[in-house]
Amino acid sequence: MSNAVSTLQGKVAAGEVTVREGGLRGMITFRGDLSNAKLKSVCKSLTGFGVPEMGKAASNGDKGVAWMSPDELLILVPHAETNAAIAAIEKAMKGQHFLAKNVSDARTHLTVQGLFSREVIAKLAPADLHPDSFKVGDFRRTRLGQIAAAFWMTDDETFEVICFRSVGQYAFDLLAASAKAGPVGHF
Amino acid sequence: MLTLHCPNCGVHADETDLHAEGEAHLKRFGPDSSDDDFHDYMFQRQNPKGVHFERWKHVYGCGKYFLAARCTATLEVFGTYSAQTHEPPQAIKDAISAKRPGWSWGDFS
Repeated sequence: MSNAVSTLQGKVAAGEVTVREGGLRGMITFRGDLSNAKLKSVCKSLTGFGVPEMGKAASNGDKGVAWMSPDELLILVPHAETNAAIAAIEKAMKGQHFLAKNVSDARTHLTVQGLFSREVIAKLAPADLHPDSFKVGDFRRTRLGQIAAAFWMTDDETFEVICFRSVGQYAFDLLAASAKAGPVGHF
Repeated sequence: MLTLHCPNCGVHADETDLHAEGEAHLKRFGPDSSDDDFHDYMFQRQNPKGVHFERWKHVYGCGKYFLAARCTATLEVFGTYSAQTHEPPQAIKDAISAKRPGWSWGDFS
C-alpha cells in the first residue's frame, strides 16, 4: 500500500488562536436510510455514538460521527482502521441499500484552538456562530471564504474543520490569517 | 441579503450557501409530448413582480433541493417547503394570502 501523507503534514500556525493541520484522519461517507436499525447499530459499534440528530455531530478523539444530510453520515475513525470499518459496514448492511466510501485521503482536517476560535470561524462563514446558537455538538456544513467546509466544536475553544484536500492549503491560510488578525469582540 | 430556511437540514442558509435552480413546480413534458408542450416546458418561464415560487439547492450545506415562496419585489420570504411536492402546501398558500390577498401564480392562487 502507498504511504499515506496528510495534506500539510501537521503544519501549525501558532498564535493566540492556533491553526493546526490535523494529520491523517479516517473518514467514511456513509449513505443510507438513517432510520435503518442496522445502520444505527453499525454506526454505534464503529464510533461509540448513535446516529446524531439533524445538524449534530459527536466525536471523541479520532472517532466520531456527523450528520451530513438527511441520508448521509460522516464516520470518523483512526486512519489505519478505515478499511476495516468499511468492511464492517458492508458486512452489517448486506442486502440493504447503502453506500460506504473511504474519503480519508480526499479530505483535509484542521483544528482551530484558542480563546476566540469562534470568531476566527465566524469571520469566514455565513453561519450563525453566536454561543447561544452554535455549541459543542452542533455541526455545520457551509462555506469558509470561497470553499465548501464543515466544522464542529469539541470544546468551548476548539473547532474541528474539514474540507476537500485540494483546497486544504487555502483553508489553512485563510484560518491562519483570520486568527492572526485577532478577535473582533462581537460575541 | 436573502436567507432561506432549508427544510432538509434545518439551517437558516445565507444566499451564498445556496444555488438558485430556477422556477419551481415545472411539469415535465418528455417523449411523445407535443412540440408546443415541450417548448413551453423547456423555455417558457414566469417572471413575476411579486409572488414567486423557486427551486433552491443547499449547495454548500446538505446538498438537497427545496422550494421557496417569496416576493421578487421585496425579497420577503413566505416560506420554504419540500421539493417533493406538486404544489405549495396549504400553509404556504395561507401565508402568502395573508400578505398578498388575491395573489396568483400559474395555476395556483
